[in-house]
Amino acid sequence: MGILIDKNTRAIVQNITGTQGSFHTRLMLEFGTKIVAGTAPGKGGRLVEGVPVYETVEEAKEKHQANASIIFVPAPYAADAAFEALENGLRTVVIITEHIPIKDAIEVMAYARQVGASIIGPNTPGIITPGACKLGIMPSHIFTPGSIGMASRSGTLTYEIAAALSKQQFGQSTCLGLGGDPITGLNFIDALRMFEKDQQTKAVVLIGEIGGNLEELAADYIVAEKYSKPVVAYVAGRSAPSGKRMGHAGAIVMGKAGTAESKIEAFGKAGVSVAEKPSDIPKLLGRVVNARI
Amino acid sequence: MKLYEYEAKNILEKYGVGTPHGGLATNSSQAREVAQKLTMPVVVKAQVLVAGRGKAGGILFAQSADDAQKATEKLLNMRIKGIPVESVWIEEKIQVKKELYFGITTDRFNRCYVAIASSVGGVDIEEVASENPEKVVKTQINPQLGLKPFQTREIARKMGYAGTQISELAKVLERLYEAGMDNDAELIEMNPLVETVDGKFIAADARIIVDDNSLFRHQDYRKRLLEGGGDLSPQELDAMNNDLAYVRLEGDIGVIGNGAGLVMATLDAIQYYGGRPANFLDVGGGATSEKNVLAMKIVLSDPRVRVLFINIMGGITRCDEVAKGVLEAKQKIGVTKPMVIRLVGTNEEEGKRILTDVGIQVLDSMEEAAQRAVEIAGNGGN
Repeated sequence: MGILIDKNTRAIVQNITGTQGSFHTRLMLEFGTKIVAGTAPGKGGRLVEGVPVYETVEEAKEKHQANASIIFVPAPYAADAAFEALENGLRTVVIITEHIPIKDAIEVMAYARQVGASIIGPNTPGIITPGACKLGIMPSHIFTPGSIGMASRSGTLTYEIAAALSKQQFGQSTCLGLGGDPITGLNFIDALRMFEKDQQTKAVVLIGEIGGNLEELAADYIVAEKYSKPVVAYVAGRSAPSGKRMGHAGAIVMGKAGTAESKIEAFGKAGVSVAEKPSDIPKLLGRVVNARI
Repeated sequence: MKLYEYEAKNILEKYGVGTPHGGLATNSSQAREVAQKLTMPVVVKAQVLVAGRGKAGGILFAQSADDAQKATEKLLNMRIKGIPVESVWIEEKIQVKKELYFGITTDRFNRCYVAIASSVGGVDIEEVASENPEKVVKTQINPQLGLKPFQTREIARKMGYAGTQISELAKVLERLYEAGMDNDAELIEMNPLVETVDGKFIAADARIIVDDNSLFRHQDYRKRLLEGGGDLSPQELDAMNNDLAYVRLEGDIGVIGNGAGLVMATLDAIQYYGGRPANFLDVGGGATSEKNVLAMKIVLSDPRVRVLFINIMGGITRCDEVAKGVLEAKQKIGVTKPMVIRLVGTNEEEGKRILTDVGIQVLDSMEEAAQRAVEIAGNGGN
């Protein structure tokens, strides 16, 4: 089970001939993901890691019945690539690309919402359902199949916590990288909603960071919906100063808005246990759920 | 990227939004020339990119060109929150009837731009929103439609206007939106937007923050930012020129890590154990050894740094490669300051061996390593 992707996911890699695109195509194939085709304008007709390359998504989709896409297209052209995927009926689209302008991201998300597609990212490591499918760039060896659902705004912090979970026998149902940008396709509430319906998931880990108020809104949602599964969280950026962008475009405290304190307080009020340090997550999970493998 | 007030005002003027008559001066004789063309009294405003300039004494009033010249001299010798004042904007003082707020920013949850308006202007809008939320009007903007005239008229009505003033204010708001979109502004605001005694609307102060990720479409801004025409420290500038994310902080523990979230968590761990990080530096995923060398150079160029803490959660990155990079950097730069390294991931055993062989401490957990770095910094870097 898990969310959004499974063994039947058939994905296209957009910009499969690029350094990142071709490297991660190989790793995704090794993991067992069905990468059925790739695209690269001007480079149709080749093979990358045995995967056929086409000029356009329309052509690739027609020939290989794809239903998902993962985008490695450089930022200035990434929005166009996302529109191409959406326009051709692909309904799960992972945008790995970092540094996409906000205006472009807003336009992509509006169109995705209109056609009912899920966008993962941008600026995300992607999504992995251990044992089934990976559409992303994360190191697969640190993940283990199991029943903890994870949603995160940070890539390496996801790896840090997934590795700690695996070590403590907490396997994962799906780990979803929401992305480090201010405008992303999926947010914490979307993830909570999907994990609620997923029978494999017994508890959820949310990894937030400074900037915006999506953690606070997730806390409100947990209370309002009387969320049925235990939730544990970590929030990065307690020591971050106001007005400075901490690496991610979305990680910035503006005046008094978007602080770690505000998020931690909101989670606390919603009954979510918040870890002081990433390594405390397995311990906190152990207290609220019996989900070790 | 923050624009200066005078740049923001020039943009607004270009889009047909009224601003007070004024001019820029970088020295006092220039200030005199500018002031002579204006109607007295005038306001002399320090052009700096930090907030709270008024309270810090960065805004002065003048009754004559002489006064304006003196005020300029005073401001150009000032530092505001540590930033030297390099230019002033001199403008005519306007006759205020009412101060309003109007701005456009992003709404993360609804994934759109949002127009924020208030009948209370000239103060911190966040404070108005938390103390008098009924005085703030928020209007989501559908990106497929843009900000429509019916919406701006509705905003004007909610701000208490009637008759021809509604369409006049509505036009100002539409033009602000247009200016914001054309400049990829993640924030564009007029605070205050002044209603003058004769019923006109004029932007008395303006602020624009351009989305850094859009600078490939705005080469003029990009050029200025990389040339140092902003509020960045030398290290921040150096990092930006090399596609690294660096933020200067106030402590003495230099930090390098891979991944923004991980580096933030590292800073938090240092603080948790009672230490103070000197910086944030994210080398990003799959950083080459060249980039690691550069990152170490930047962090160590800061004399406050007593110990360097490198935290690598190697996913696909191979730890032996990282270790070789650190070693190479140590030799190239001639690092004498103590280092604490946390290194896990693919080939971590080999990576650790390479580093421990030359006497560099390698630890398994971020927390342990943070604790160790705090101890070393506490001992004055020994």
